[in-house]
Amino acid sequence: MLLEVRDLYVEFRTRDGVAKAVNGVGYGVDAGETLAVLGESGSGKSVTAQTIMGILDVPPGRITGGEVLFQGKDLLTLKEEERRKVRGAQMAMIFQDALSSLNPVLSVGDQLGEMFVVHRGLSRKDARARAIELMDRVRIPGAGQRVRDYPHQFSGGMRQRIMIAMALALEPALIIADEPTTALDVTVQAQVMDLLAELQREYDMGLILITHDLGVVADVADRIAVMYAGRIVESAPVHDVYKAPAHPYTRGLLDSIPRLDQKGRELYAIKGLPPNLMDIPPGCAFHPRCPMAQDVCRTDEPPLYEVSEDRGSACHFWRECLHG
Amino acid sequence: MAEPILEVSGLVKHYPLTRGILFKKQIGAVRAVDGVDFDLARGETLGIVGESGCGKSTVAKMLVNLERPTAGSIRYQGEDITKLSGRALKTVRRNIQMVFQDPYTSLNPRMTVGDIIGEPYDIHPEAAPKGDRRRRVQDLLDVVGLNPEYVNRYPHQFSGGQRQRIGIARGLALRPEVIVADEPVSALDVSVQAQVINLMERLQDEFDLSYIFIAHDLSIVRHISDRVGVMYLGRIVEIGRDAEIYDHPTHPYTQALLSAVPVPDPEAREHRERIILAGDVPSPANPPSGCRFRTRCWKARERCELEMPPLAVPAVFAAGPAAHDSACHFAEAKQVVPAETAENAGTAENAGTAENAGTAE
Ligand SMILES: Nc1ncnc2c1ncn2[C@@H]1O[C@H](COP(=O)(O)OP(=O)(O)OP(=O)(O)O)[C@@H](O)[C@H]1O
Ligand SMILES: Nc1ncnc2c1ncn2[C@@H]1O[C@H](COP(=O)(O)OP(=O)(O)O)[C@@H](O)[C@H]1O
Ligand code: SF4
Ligand code: SF4
Ligand SMILES: [Mg+2]
Ligand SMILES: [Mg+2]
Repeated sequence: MLLEVRDLYVEFRTRDGVAKAVNGVGYGVDAGETLAVLGESGSGKSVTAQTIMGILDVPPGRITGGEVLFQGKDLLTLKEEERRKVRGAQMAMIFQDALSSLNPVLSVGDQLGEMFVVHRGLSRKDARARAIELMDRVRIPGAGQRVRDYPHQFSGGMRQRIMIAMALALEPALIIADEPTTALDVTVQAQVMDLLAELQREYDMGLILITHDLGVVADVADRIAVMYAGRIVESAPVHDVYKAPAHPYTRGLLDSIPRLDQKGRELYAIKGLPPNLMDIPPGCAFHPRCPMAQDVCRTDEPPLYEVSEDRGSACHFWRECLHG
Repeated sequence: MAEPILEVSGLVKHYPLTRGILFKKQIGAVRAVDGVDFDLARGETLGIVGESGCGKSTVAKMLVNLERPTAGSIRYQGEDITKLSGRALKTVRRNIQMVFQDPYTSLNPRMTVGDIIGEPYDIHPEAAPKGDRRRRVQDLLDVVGLNPEYVNRYPHQFSGGQRQRIGIARGLALRPEVIVADEPVSALDVSVQAQVINLMERLQDEFDLSYIFIAHDLSIVRHISDRVGVMYLGRIVEIGRDAEIYDHPTHPYTQALLSAVPVPDPEAREHRERIILAGDVPSPANPPSGCRFRTRCWKARERCELEMPPLAVPAVFAAGPAAHDSACHFAEAKQVVPAETAENAGTAENAGTAENAGTAE
């Protein structure tokens, strides 16, 4: 396995109390594989990603347990300097908001070139040539002229592609894309996802795609990990989940989306709200919203049950869910 | 179609582009909306979709009089509201209310929920006697599924979905006939989105509302709309009943837009044709001549550059679901959304084309 997160715990100490953002997350991704991490906002998707990348805000954040194994090595035990070498060169991240993650006062060429100067020791001139190459690669028309332009001079879709170029510059083994297309129109989303998938195939990268869009997941993912209140509640190959979810939360999500290809009846709506992370319900965190909840759910936290060899569900009643 | 409650015709909004500070000189205009026509029937939902910047919000703002049109008319029950002023305008404005996109910024953080929902009564005191307001506000909270005891709370004490309910309650305060909802669920998580959509559908039946529903999520728009208009660079390029647009689109832009929407079914990925549009949307300050879509259209020919295609039923389609308004010289029917699987077909109300053919005027 290229990357494996094991039993990760992260919390935030704030004035109002301790927010338990990540509560025992485990997932893994192989080279050439796409893992989609799905879940509502606040479920801990980004915090997990930031921990993997080593860019978590500490404090207020605090890692209180777990391992992040990258090519077999636990990154959480590395010194910051070693960590920095891994980041950028071997794993890179793409964010939702390209404009705020690119430097507004540096031309995109300088920003792309910088990667080669710092990590590869290239001269400015060679670095610029590589920058143009990369911009070409992510299909920025007229890359040779546009290399001197600043981020704000590009459209949203182009900026996102420039960020992809930046992430790909050093040909990392792993890319984490945190809602890379959430802010984009569908047409641009299609361009960007297309590009990302193509480059992933070409470089045989592992891709962790964080999203809440069940359509995008169905389109590109090999596996899905569904998060709720800082835990993985279901983990499975993508086809299995869409055919028959093994967790009531996953089922609720699938039933609550309107579909382009059908005009259905009333949408199913998961009742209630996501939990307050300072006060996560005991037992199964989903029980106040779960239509299948029984007494045991209020007291006993479900472990990640093995549904099949490559599938897990954190629900006491996964069998009933799967077959009902 | 039932008698329209709103008739929009030739609607235009140009924002001047100026240079110079002291002596402002107009050097051009952003053609945010550039000739839009549509009707809204009583009790109907018209969805409006299109990419960012195509003019959806600008249309919405003109409908509720937050912007004055540069040209064109908006008739409400037959009367052109763009020509009204003073008292007459105020009366009409009561009947067309707006719900905004962002539940995080559209509510004043320093006002209580009661004051926010009751604010329209300050502007239209005739709508509710002072002593009766609190009760009305509590009724409204109840109607949108919030606890009436929350009147004294502040917006930050609510989640995004709850804030959107507050925005809807405010929109309902004056008992309007038309609600213009600009991306009302775009900022919400899927599970909460479903709650708000269901609420809007229930309220529509309960209060006999007509909706203009603006969104860039084409699946949601299909779910809620009776008819759908597709906008591109300030104009409507195709409009029709939901099945006409989704199952029988004839405009290349609509086809590209629909084909780009990911379908939540991993089985569909292999056998789905994707039309990936090249390039970006041109600037509305300098739109292409002729057909505005021609710089990205794979079917463009010389005629497209010279002649602006009118929004009308293309002559090649005499009848059937492809016979709806489409602004393309070379309109062709093309199915881009995969046909429903048999399993889904049972639950869909509107799948058959026969039914649609029967009800087209
Ligand atoms: N006050 C203004 N002054 C100048 N230009 C404006 C103004 N308001 C809007 N525009 C321009 O008009 C065009 C249409 O804007 P509008 O907000 O209607 O788009 P939209 O379709 O609602 O987009 P989105 O999906 O991003 O909300 C855009 O190019 C926008 O930049
Ligand atoms: N820097 C921070 N300080 C305090 N709380 C934080 C911080 N970053 C994230 N959190 C909290 O951690 C939880 C999980 O957040 P996140 O991982 O960003 O969710 P998402 O699944 O939407 O990506 C949220 O409750 C969030 O408010
Ligand atoms: S464990 Fe109980 S409450 Fe939790 S998801 Fe399963 S049935 Fe629902
Ligand atoms: S009129 Fe021409 S350019 Fe416009 S959509 Fe039709 S074929 Fe394309
Ligand atoms: Mg996030
Ligand atoms: Mg808008």
